[in-house]
Amino acid sequence: MPAFNEQASVGDVVREVQQKLPGVTVLVVDDGSADATTQVATEAGALVATLPFNLGVGGAMRVGFRYALENGFDAVVQVDSDGQHDPAGVPALLAGLDSADLVLGARFAGEGDYAVRGPRQWAMKLLAAVLSRTAGTKLTDTTSGFKASGPRAIALFAEHYPAEYLGDTIEALVIASRSGLSVAQVPVAMRPRAGGVPSHNPLKAATYLGRAALALVFAFIRPKSTYRVGGSV
Amino acid sequence: MTLTSYIFGIVSALLILAVVVELLRRRHLRERHAIWWFVAGLLALIAGVFPDTLVWASHLVGVEVPINLVFFVSIAILFLVCLQHSSELTQLESKTRTLAERVALLELAQKERETSE
Repeated sequence: MPAFNEQASVGDVVREVQQKLPGVTVLVVDDGSADATTQVATEAGALVATLPFNLGVGGAMRVGFRYALENGFDAVVQVDSDGQHDPAGVPALLAGLDSADLVLGARFAGEGDYAVRGPRQWAMKLLAAVLSRTAGTKLTDTTSGFKASGPRAIALFAEHYPAEYLGDTIEALVIASRSGLSVAQVPVAMRPRAGGVPSHNPLKAATYLGRAALALVFAFIRPKSTYRVGGSV
Repeated sequence: MTLTSYIFGIVSALLILAVVVELLRRRHLRERHAIWWFVAGLLALIAGVFPDTLVWASHLVGVEVPINLVFFVSIAILFLVCLQHSSELTQLESKTRTLAERVALLELAQKERETSE
């Protein structure tokens, strides 16, 4: 559970996950927050890894994957700490891992009423089309942060998890597909966020479209074998 | 060209080389960072001592006014230095990122040990 300045919601999310999914290990990665995210998450009963400064979702997630790898976990489920992801969807994601290495929680596949419009929607459509082709399966929501990773995906992501903009979603999917991992999606419901403000602004959405396209292009033209973040072993 | 400007050109070039060598000597500059500055100083010295080489070189590449070749080469060298710095900055950032992630995990492991004791 990557968290950046989420003191308002992270405690409730941790408690909800533990209540709905008894027995799971909740790891919150505090991505260099300036607020009390670490304390709130610790008090709620989660394990907390605190990054010394902000690295972005990619850095926070790689910490999570590395922790999972070093401690022998079979599955990692990424849940946003703003409460948008319903923990009730986790079992469905985990069930999907039986037949795939990476399972996305798709927001537009029938469940819930989450919707976007304008350039942001075009960007998502474009990404969905391109990434579906790469992954060899139909994906409708490629920028979903609600994901489950199996053992092979954990091993890959513990080493290669891009920190670039949109790297945690788009590029991670491309890396996974090109490394021969199977990707699948299951429909999940989305909830309005519990704290913080969403970004709905035409200019921002247009920028998002441009950057998404750029991120996509670069994800494909990067060499497969030499792509090593930080040269970590 | 007056004698003053001739001497001024040579002295400037020697000064550049002296600074580069001194920084290298005191380990304030690594070799791979110094290489472009060294090349720049050397070119400036050659052009300063033998102005004819500059004229010859500009004819060779088809530049009509020799001084424009000086500007072109200077900008090219500065451009390469900037590019090298950006590239090394990127590598450093990715190393810092790895370090930060590792520190976070080590702290977590330490915390877990303390609570289990």
